[in-house]
Amino acid sequence: MDLVQLQRQLVEYRTSLYHEGFLDEQFTQLQELQDENNPDFVVEVVSLFFEDSERLLNELTKALEQQSIDFKRVDAHVHQLKGSSSSIGAQRVQKVCIAFRNYCEEQNVEGCLKCLQQVRHEYSLVKTKLESMFQLEQQILSAGGSIPM
Amino acid sequence: MGMAADSEFHVLAVDDSIIDRKLIERLLKTSSYQVTTVDSGSKALEFLGLHEDDRIHQNTPSVSPNNHQWRLQEVEVNLVITDYCMPGMTGYDLLKKIKESSSLKNIPVVIMSSENVPSRISRCLEEGAEEFFLKPVRLSDLSKLRPHMLKTKSKDHCKEQVDEKTAFPSPKQEGKEEQQQSNNNKRKAMEEGVSPERTRPRPNGITSVV
Repeated sequence: MDLVQLQRQLVEYRTSLYHEGFLDEQFTQLQELQDENNPDFVVEVVSLFFEDSERLLNELTKALEQQSIDFKRVDAHVHQLKGSSSSIGAQRVQKVCIAFRNYCEEQNVEGCLKCLQQVRHEYSLVKTKLESMFQLEQQILSAGGSIPM
Repeated sequence: MGMAADSEFHVLAVDDSIIDRKLIERLLKTSSYQVTTVDSGSKALEFLGLHEDDRIHQNTPSVSPNNHQWRLQEVEVNLVITDYCMPGMTGYDLLKKIKESSSLKNIPVVIMSSENVPSRISRCLEEGAEEFFLKPVRLSDLSKLRPHMLKTKSKDHCKEQVDEKTAFPSPKQEGKEEQQQSNNNKRKAMEEGVSPERTRPRPNGITSVV
């Protein structure tokens, strides 16, 4: 695939991520903070998000496996996940977290378990999509092109 | 560069989230500020040179691993920006401690929170916070910081500009949507104008801050 086609593919892909609600305006903010002096900013922040989310998902799984569930603890983890997903613009993950927190407040175990499943799913989707997007960007850069905004 | 008084402002950012620390650091650096980030209120107090209680003397490494210069208070902090929800010491607790300290009370403090709770906002403003930002914080929000830092920079210079800039109204978060819209315009101006030269205080009025 030639450079122009790659660039077009990237723009289309990125646009679809916004349309499908995977990303929101905050992700654009991140891109605007990236420049020649900080060329890897977005990838770095997103990588931190991946690491942190995986940690939180593991904590959530453990917390919800307990005989006697500590909902405050579960809520604290979800609050963190909600915050970090909001900070990078991972809108669908953030939305599930909102529902998740409501179930925590109600101390609704089934609701929480469902949300955990959902948030794992949304997280895995956005991770895959962002990784694909970064790969496309790399291909463009390797071909000597620049990333279209 | 010019004299030290030529001003680079130093901001201390406090947030327990590593993602948010990275974000706020980038936002502040883009706005030409020097930044130090810490992950807790107690580390923030340590950095500010306040040795209030035993809690502070922990085994965990302090902010700068092998650099104890800051204990001698060589580092001047012109503004503290802190997350509200943190384990242990909240941003509100930190704000209180700073305002209750004779050596630190003049440092402007800004609170950030992901939750829009009016009572929380007014409590923080009443306790002396200069601003309350809703997360995620944007570049346009940071344009509000400079006047607060200018007010408290060494009083022996730039006094005329400082006097002009003290008349800055506190934002009311109810009008956030309107603010966002005007912020969009401000953001454009801000981005176009960001360069090292902007850190020099200008002789004209408030409009130059935008």
